[in-house]
Amino acid sequence: MPSHSQSMGRAAEMVLSLTVAGQPCGVPVLAVRDVLGPQTITRIPLAPPEVAGSLNLRGRIVTALDLRRRLQLPARPAGQKPMSVVVEHQGELYALLADGVGEVLSLSPAERAANPPTLDPAWKAVCQGVHRLGDSLLVVLDVERLMQIG
Amino acid sequence: MDDILAEFLTEAHEGLQSLDGALLSLERNPNDTALLGEVFRTIHTIKGTCGFLGLPRLEKLAHAGENVLGLWRDGALPATAEGISLILAAVDRIKSILLGLQTEGVEPAGDDSAIIAGLDAASLRPPLTASPGPERPALPAAEPTPGSAPQTIRVAVDVLEDLMVLASELVLTRNQLLQIARSEVNSPFTLPLQRLSQITTNLQDGVMKTRMQPIGSAWQKLPRLVRDLAHELGKKITLDMTGAETELDRQVMELIRDPMTHMVRNSADHGLETPAQRRAAGKPETGHITLNAYHQGSHVLLEIGDDGRGLAVGMIREKALRQGLATPAQLAAMSEREIQRFIFRPGFSTAASVTSVSGRGVGMDVVKTNLERIGGVIELRSRPGRGTTFTIKIPLTLAIAGALIVEAAGERFAILQNSVLELVRVGERGGARVEMIKQTPVLRLRERLLPLVPLAPLLALEQPPRAEDATSFVVVTQVGAQVFGIVVDRVFDTEEIVVKPVTPILRDVTMFSGNTILGDGSVIMILDPNGIARATGLSVEGGGELAEAPPRPPLGRGEGERMALLLFRAGPGAPKAVPLGLIARLEDFPAERIEYAGETLVVQCRGSMMPLVPVGACAQMPAPGTRQAVLVFGDGDHAMGLMVDAILDVLEAPLLIERGGERPGFLGSAVIAEKVTEILDCAYWLRQGGADWFGQAAAKDASHPRLLLVEDSAFFRNLVVPALLAAGYDITGAANGREALRLREAGEHFDAIITDIDMPQMNGFQLLRAVRDGGPWEDVPVIALSGRAEPAEVEKGLAAGFTDYIAKSDREGLGLSLRRALQPRHAPAAITAPITG
Repeated sequence: MPSHSQSMGRAAEMVLSLTVAGQPCGVPVLAVRDVLGPQTITRIPLAPPEVAGSLNLRGRIVTALDLRRRLQLPARPAGQKPMSVVVEHQGELYALLADGVGEVLSLSPAERAANPPTLDPAWKAVCQGVHRLGDSLLVVLDVERLMQIG
Repeated sequence: MDDILAEFLTEAHEGLQSLDGALLSLERNPNDTALLGEVFRTIHTIKGTCGFLGLPRLEKLAHAGENVLGLWRDGALPATAEGISLILAAVDRIKSILLGLQTEGVEPAGDDSAIIAGLDAASLRPPLTASPGPERPALPAAEPTPGSAPQTIRVAVDVLEDLMVLASELVLTRNQLLQIARSEVNSPFTLPLQRLSQITTNLQDGVMKTRMQPIGSAWQKLPRLVRDLAHELGKKITLDMTGAETELDRQVMELIRDPMTHMVRNSADHGLETPAQRRAAGKPETGHITLNAYHQGSHVLLEIGDDGRGLAVGMIREKALRQGLATPAQLAAMSEREIQRFIFRPGFSTAASVTSVSGRGVGMDVVKTNLERIGGVIELRSRPGRGTTFTIKIPLTLAIAGALIVEAAGERFAILQNSVLELVRVGERGGARVEMIKQTPVLRLRERLLPLVPLAPLLALEQPPRAEDATSFVVVTQVGAQVFGIVVDRVFDTEEIVVKPVTPILRDVTMFSGNTILGDGSVIMILDPNGIARATGLSVEGGGELAEAPPRPPLGRGEGERMALLLFRAGPGAPKAVPLGLIARLEDFPAERIEYAGETLVVQCRGSMMPLVPVGACAQMPAPGTRQAVLVFGDGDHAMGLMVDAILDVLEAPLLIERGGERPGFLGSAVIAEKVTEILDCAYWLRQGGADWFGQAAAKDASHPRLLLVEDSAFFRNLVVPALLAAGYDITGAANGREALRLREAGEHFDAIITDIDMPQMNGFQLLRAVRDGGPWEDVPVIALSGRAEPAEVEKGLAAGFTDYIAKSDREGLGLSLRRALQPRHAPAAITAPITG
């Protein structure tokens, strides 16, 4: 089925854009299961700091990861409610908490660059690459690697 | 793999599973023709199908086995142990071929000629009848199937699992809907929702039932295991299994299958002695391993025991010392039971030699950890020379459980109800108090010190400052032998929850055993008492500090006797209780009937005035139009009423009073129906309202009889005194015979003596002898009051010279007896009716 695999190939280059502390980021669209507005999140004591808590998505328990803390960015100002991008990882659902969720972008491979060698090691571990996006740079996050915490 | 083959595999597998058991029972009863027929048919069916499917290797093997079995069944040859070993070997081979078939889709290559030759030889040995050639025609297969439709169908486990998950989700959604509906008045959804709720519950029950399996199916392999072990170890072992029909959730069963097998193996290897050793110890050569399963509430109890040598405490002690698990001082302070529990420590094995059977690094610690993971507990009982028994307590199901919702530092958590022993409210005036032993909080609960674990600091939660005496709650829970309390700020209600495993990235957080979604849609973490015990060093086996494991207070001992209690509410604070036996009757007076007589409230009742005494804060006249609940003590002219806010309940419970002593009017508090309850001091209240009143009566009545009550239990004195006071006697108490005799020396005189039998220092019989031996009390009637009043006891008592011998519980009998004893002298005029007690 050539047409199918072609469309798969295109989809693989599409990312959902989101912002974390002003930094544009992207998550491969195929990994995304849901996008949610602000949710009630139950804190989990003693959990790794990146784990913001858990929330109820239509009867399933979803673990929320705060991208700001995961990417070692300053904490979200009080009163600002995060959006959740729900992704699946090894059969479990995780919500990535971002400050804002934008649109689905189709990235052209030509504009893709490897991680700059000087990139913060914490970022390097979770970045798939960097894309030029008009004036700014968009960091494509690797969902698998984001989950490797603790 | 095609469908026919798959079906054959399932069928053959099922047949073979029961075959082991059948063959072993055949070994015991070689002449059981029904059993022989069954075994024959199973092998015959396999042979027939193999021929049909073109599986030559299996067919040949089954055929050789069938020949032998056919001869046994027809009685041409006796079924011998050697023969059964041959058949078992053939069955094992068939199983391994089937396994290959399942994974590869074709028969694996292999040589079965040795087994076949053995079987053929067995079928030839003593040819009693015509030689059965290998081509012996097969008998007609199996019994014809009955005409009716089959009552069971085969369903793939996956389908059941999916159903269970769906049913669980439905329960959660239902709970959520109900919560929403509760907040809306007159919703048109209410009725259909109730129906939906009911159906969901029924569906859940139904689905749960499909998951239940008799535990016997996990035991099927054990007889064979034990037989093989016995051969290998040169021991004689019988395995007794009872309660095989006990059902439990198959998920739980899968999880306990291995621990159970391990423990049976242990019993055979370590537990039981060799026949020679057993003979030397004066025991029968054959050792027994017993498996017993039964239900207890929402748990299954599983006992695995042997009648072997028991755990060698000396060896365990030595090993614990060598491995540095405890210091000699710690060991010296430990009870035998605690030392025995060292076998649950990681890396601990007592086997002197590592055999091929056990001692392969899988120790009891693994068994224990696996059990704890599913909320089970393991206990151990061992007596030297008599054997060891392990008792495993496991929940019936893991899927749906009752949970208690608690709060600490503003966060809510769930605790599974079956791990909660009791709830104690602390911090309130009159209730239990948390005490500090150098920073370490403890709770004195009944006769024991309970270590406490405050939840908020444990979970690193920021606790907003609370008032010093703010009420909090202690959730009493038990892990192994260790009972401890988890301190929380609030307790909400209980909720039925579906336990879901926590996400893998939280696996390092051991305080939680799972999480769930509550009816209000929020996610909540489920606390794991095992994890908490380990984290705080409370768990004896988990290493860390050696915690004291005080024995649980024995029930039914001394003052803990069960008795009927009336629970009521009066004023603020804990509910109150009074022994039902002391109350003559309960009244509910309309406010209009209550009047003032001077300072006190009275009510006209049965032609006389009864004083009313308020308990707690309800000192005023009740509002017009309302009614007043009253507990009436005494009877007839000599009655008084206690005004209470509400009667709560009547129940029978063990009464273990923890003496508070601070509040007049209360003997102390006890935990009744899981609530801290204050126990009324009846004597106090009778004096409060009625003292003058009774006193006046006493003053007027010169012939007011004086009684001496000799009784060591203060509680029982408190029980009897009010009843006798109310009946118009003047009563003096003494704690034992010696104290009573001191009163005689002091020149006191009594009209009758009532004495307990079992007392320290000087018992009832000794006191009687001392009284009858002469002196001023020589002729005073002495009535024995005993906890035991069997006819033989009574006879013995009367023979010794007691005027009467009455059971403690028989208060009416005491009244009658007193009147009879005092008749020739001076019975109180007022006492005409029996003392209602």
